[in-house]
Amino acid sequence: MSVATSTAPGARVRRGLVQGLPLTPAVVLLLVFLAGPILYCLYSAFTDMALTGASGAQFVGLANFREAFGSSQFRQSLLYTLIFTVVSAIIGQNILGMVLALLMRAGTAWVRAMVSAIVVGAWVMPEVVAGYMWSAFLGDKGSLNEILGKLSLPGQDWLFSVPILAVSLANIWRGTAFSMLVYSAALSEVPKEIEESATMDGASTFQRLWSVTLPMIRRTITTNLMLITLQTLSVFGLIWTMTRGGPSNKSTTLPIFAYQQAFQLSQLGYGTALALVLLAIGGVFSLVYLRALRLEEVRR
Amino acid sequence: MSATLTSQKTAGGGSPARTTTMSRRPSRLFDKAAVNLALIVLALGFVIPLVWLLLAAFDARAGAAVSWPHPWTLGNFNAILTWDTTYRPMINGFILCGGGTVITVLASVLAAYPLSRYQFRAKRPFLLTILFATGLPITAIMVPVYGLFVQVNLIDTLTGTILFMATTALPISIWLTKNFMDGVPIELEEAAWTDGASAMQGLRTIVLPLMWPGLSVVTIYTFIGLWGNFFVPFVLLSSNDRLPASVSIYTFFGQYGQIVYGQLAAYSMLYSLPAVLLYLLLSRRLGGAFSFSGAVKG
Repeated sequence: MSVATSTAPGARVRRGLVQGLPLTPAVVLLLVFLAGPILYCLYSAFTDMALTGASGAQFVGLANFREAFGSSQFRQSLLYTLIFTVVSAIIGQNILGMVLALLMRAGTAWVRAMVSAIVVGAWVMPEVVAGYMWSAFLGDKGSLNEILGKLSLPGQDWLFSVPILAVSLANIWRGTAFSMLVYSAALSEVPKEIEESATMDGASTFQRLWSVTLPMIRRTITTNLMLITLQTLSVFGLIWTMTRGGPSNKSTTLPIFAYQQAFQLSQLGYGTALALVLLAIGGVFSLVYLRALRLEEVRR
Repeated sequence: MSATLTSQKTAGGGSPARTTTMSRRPSRLFDKAAVNLALIVLALGFVIPLVWLLLAAFDARAGAAVSWPHPWTLGNFNAILTWDTTYRPMINGFILCGGGTVITVLASVLAAYPLSRYQFRAKRPFLLTILFATGLPITAIMVPVYGLFVQVNLIDTLTGTILFMATTALPISIWLTKNFMDGVPIELEEAAWTDGASAMQGLRTIVLPLMWPGLSVVTIYTFIGLWGNFFVPFVLLSSNDRLPASVSIYTFFGQYGQIVYGQLAAYSMLYSLPAVLLYLLLSRRLGGAFSFSGAVKG
């Protein structure tokens, strides 16, 4: 960047183009396969487009959004989306992933290999399989109730009594590996000397973790929080296979609600409008995290 | 404590000497045992739900509940190991996800380089857009994508599906790659530039070898994400002989009217195997690369 300051404007533009050239493949793919469909999406959210009657899509303005915010089912699904995201991503995956990554640094090699194989094994399980496995585990005759029965504790059909917590638990199980991998990579770049000199100065393990190690990787923590939040907001397959949004919509998050409206009830316009709301929520979360990242940059 | 301190000072930060002094202390050994115990307990929590899957795969009469298979049998595997049920969907899966991963990683590395190394006006808006794209619910854009693919004759083709799957993985992949690339100090490249190396040579010979751990996270993440993706190939592919493993698993739920739990479990195990093996292979090679990147920083 310091190189370009003294050259003529024409040369600077040319240099900028050459420097930007490697972006081309990614930009072309994103424009054709992502931006195009989204623009079409933006258009159809303001129409009464239906899956069946393709010919008569009328422009209806904000009617879809008015309908959404006026419906109690929509507000309920918003609430469940937030519960699902906070419980399973921000609390569950994030903290468990960090704990695992920290413990792994200090563990014996074979224990480390075994634990990472198991945790990553849970992650590579396709959503659909994980969903059916967890519904078998948490169901009326499932393993959890058998274990509870052995401990003489009362069992219940967890998918029926607390569906949103059941799917959150499954999502923690499935998604923790991502945070663990990201944090492990970040922790491996923390210089050992700094941590050891803190130990020399008499810091306890917890103090060292809290005031030396974690601050050094806070940018990674913020980035990871953002990524897992966005991933969790759009989880579909897992919830769909476990509960289909039920019973009585008590685990219907926004993606499920949008899918039901667009494909099952053929309300394409309304469904896309709901998807846009989901998009906006993701945007708000991103902005919050991005702000945190920028504050970091200023402070450095 | 003071003895360790002086020994460290005299050793001048030589790490082998330091680690031996520390690991000989008995409290250190106790700490290690506690850490291992904690890890094993956590791992048990992750394993328990898997027990049903493992047992049901070898049980001819498996149901939703956990039961000890008697007798143990490979019958479920024998039943599914056919060209139509397992081999062809697996090969299709490898073509789709392998192709998608290669395109995604190549495009991300290329895109991450200017984003990480240069300052330009469009950089911030571009990164912001990438961020928004990572949270995009794919369900929402599948209908317009279906329309687009019909119009340009890409529907039901492996090429089209590979390109679209690569694109869905691209935003998060660019974001991660850029962040990992930021961790490689630019000073090393500047030295190479003064020696007459081009930016792309610097990327290939200096940056990529140093960010190997991060890059393998991106590669694994992309492949596994695509390998488990059900919705995209389900919408974009319709011929039976092009469907990947993620979609054909649905035949266990739909086709026979009732769920054949044992076969489903066996199939799930085979289906998960490539991704697990890939991870194990890469994690074994990560050890050396990690210490390398640490050494350069000091």
